[in-house]
Amino acid sequence: MQKNALHILLADDDEDDRLFFKDAFEEVRVQTKVTFVHDGLQLMEHLMTPDIKLPDILFLDLNMPKKTGKECLIEIKKTEHLKNIIIAIYSTSSSEEDIEDTFIEGANIYIKKPSDFNTLKKIINEVVTLNWHYHTSGLNRDNFLLRLK
Amino acid sequence: MKLFIKFDINTICSLFLKEKLEEENLNFSTLGFGEIELDENLDIEGLDNLKSKLAPFGFEVVENQKSVLVQKIKDAIIELVYMDDNNNFKSSVFLAEKLNHSYGYLSNVFSEVTYSSIENFIILQKIERAKQLMLVNEMSLTEIAFLLNYSSVAHLSTQFKNTTGITPSAFQRIIKKRRENLK
Repeated sequence: MQKNALHILLADDDEDDRLFFKDAFEEVRVQTKVTFVHDGLQLMEHLMTPDIKLPDILFLDLNMPKKTGKECLIEIKKTEHLKNIIIAIYSTSSSEEDIEDTFIEGANIYIKKPSDFNTLKKIINEVVTLNWHYHTSGLNRDNFLLRLK
Repeated sequence: MKLFIKFDINTICSLFLKEKLEEENLNFSTLGFGEIELDENLDIEGLDNLKSKLAPFGFEVVENQKSVLVQKIKDAIIELVYMDDNNNFKSSVFLAEKLNHSYGYLSNVFSEVTYSSIENFIILQKIERAKQLMLVNEMSLTEIAFLLNYSSVAHLSTQFKNTTGITPSAFQRIIKKRRENLK
């Protein structure tokens, strides 16, 4: 499907969650290269590193120490060279208000953190496939909104 | 002042591609569907050069035959979805006739290359068109359901929700607030 691996950046302070994602990405059909950061500050430092290869998709935990996912989201959307990154928020919250709020701030995807591995794999497959369609079929990224549970 | 601009991606891409190929002094004819016939045979170096000139603009020279077919399927689906009087077409018949392969074959190749089905891609495109009609043409869901051949507004709403996870009205609300935020 893709000649080059898809670059995924994952920001999460919980080590178990990071491992969970890492294992899931290893099992999806599309080739991916996953990089991890542990909190919001580290994420922004990483993204601001000069000449860095920006991720194709950023998975962002809403609830992180030092700088929350939402603060990062707002900052990224305000930064010219970062604002086109596809952002997938994931969180344990399923409050309608939180969800709409993050979409309004510019998130493309909202994922309710699943508790089992197969659901996570299914979600990741769906995100990656849809992202690829948006990439290759001239779809308008401004209208790319997806909520998964 | 705020202007909404409607554009045709096909025209833009064709014009742009033409300009780039002329810049490279290549003689060519277009065969439609993103297919181009060059008058001369490029060597590997020439082809790589062309690829690198086109790549920054999102153009990719497709080499694998199956990928070529998938791109043709996608283009045909987009054509079908954006046709305003497609009442008489069944998508499987339309694709099979247009591309001269059985639908079963097309469907297998599509799934093999994209890991998703033709049916899903058609729904995705229809929902994208619905989004566009909602935002740019400010059409009501009833009008959109009629234009896109849904049996009812409820059917369109359900498919919208199943595809995007959010309802059409939430989608409209989110995009509207986003635009207000940008002001």
